[in-house]
Amino acid sequence: MTYLRWLAALAAVVVALVVQVSLFPHLAWHGIVPNLCLLVVVAAALTVEAPFALVLGFVAGLTLDLAPPADHVAGRWALALTIAAFLAARVRQDQKPSAMAVVGTVAAASFVATSLFALSGIVLDDPGSSVGGLLEVVLVAVVWDVLLTPFVLPPLMRLFARLSPQWATT
Amino acid sequence: MGALGGRERRWTGLDRLESRNRPPRSLLVALVLASITLVTLDVSGGAGSPLDPARRAVGEAFGPAESTVAAAVRPFTSVPAWFRSKSDLADEVRDLEASNADLRSQVELAGFERNRLEQYDGLTTAAADLGSALLPARVVAVGSRQSQSFTVTIDAGSAAGVGPDMTVVNNDGLVGRVLRVTRSTATVLLIVDPDSTVGGRVGSSMEIGFVNGSGSLDQAAGLDLRLVDDASVPARDDTVVTWGSSTGPYEPGVPIGRITEVYSSLREASQRAVVEPFVDFSSLDVVGVMVPSGSTSDRALIEADGTLR
Repeated sequence: MTYLRWLAALAAVVVALVVQVSLFPHLAWHGIVPNLCLLVVVAAALTVEAPFALVLGFVAGLTLDLAPPADHVAGRWALALTIAAFLAARVRQDQKPSAMAVVGTVAAASFVATSLFALSGIVLDDPGSSVGGLLEVVLVAVVWDVLLTPFVLPPLMRLFARLSPQWATT
Repeated sequence: MGALGGRERRWTGLDRLESRNRPPRSLLVALVLASITLVTLDVSGGAGSPLDPARRAVGEAFGPAESTVAAAVRPFTSVPAWFRSKSDLADEVRDLEASNADLRSQVELAGFERNRLEQYDGLTTAAADLGSALLPARVVAVGSRQSQSFTVTIDAGSAAGVGPDMTVVNNDGLVGRVLRVTRSTATVLLIVDPDSTVGGRVGSSMEIGFVNGSGSLDQAAGLDLRLVDDASVPARDDTVVTWGSSTGPYEPGVPIGRITEVYSSLREASQRAVVEPFVDFSSLDVVGVMVPSGSTSDRALIEADGTLR
């Protein structure tokens, strides 16, 4: 069961990443696209046990760091998504999260992950954009992620719940 | 509020019962440290980063997937084009042929500009054969703004003869340079990236300077031109072309953009100008990679004299 769950999770990350870089740029707003990998990680954090979600966050972030066309310092998305997974796992309760709770968690995780990535750029002296530009990026990214939540989260959460019945929050 | 109260009580009272849901701190710390280690490795590695093999391996795996998805998506993104040209179907092949013709004229123009530069400069060393061929490719993946880098993936890699530091153009002007390649794809750094610096030359005065990316896809936000000679003032509406060298990443004589505004910076005692790039970076599709003339490739090359090989 664990292998199957890992397989499903990794497949979800791969599909999310490819769609994110190849399909969504056609719909992007000023180059800002929804972070589908983050949605996969949040879905896992809300459904299955925390260690799995944390490691999945790290793996998904590392994939984002290494897959073309990424050119930033590797490890930055890994850090951001690990912490986002940690926060999302803290939110998890023993009953099934309500729709509002899911949307809120996605918004918070998206805000934290994108901000953390931007902050790590400032720490590493990446000549990124201005603070205003960063704020725009963070806020639009949150809006994008929340917009896609109703389409992406429910099927993923059902998938993870089915593959791990002992942790399923029914 | 009730839920919060419930959690509070559980945190204090039923810690053991709840523990299965609580993310383990130790794992978090381990993963965060792993991330920081990766960052450190990548930063301190500099040019020959120890993560390059990993990047390459992941690229080999993801490149074909990205190309496939981009190819599958392309018919749908061209739907608006069908509505625009009501009578004439925007045929994929015809589109490509038209772009190829444009790219070909681009090569011819590049040669012309280069000859002109050489006349002015009296540089005879570069004269012999800078003739390069154009390798057509399509953009299959675009880096997100969240990642703060302006890079794209194109569907031509080392198998097609593409290598690092090659110049990428489209029918409007300079797009960027190749950063790294996999077998079937290449990652291109766009000139709008804040990290990108291109040696530029003002068309009329032949003054040289450096063109930096502004970190915005907005065409009007433009690029930043800083002239080396602070006594010369660039003129508005002047064209900026690449300065280039036979060893550096950018081929000489490729048009970059048009000067729209000029500032004198008193503090730095130099002239700054805003250059509006010719290329619209928000809708990149067909590009050409300038490869050495006569190089082997798995697809047709457009030679400098316009022949297809």
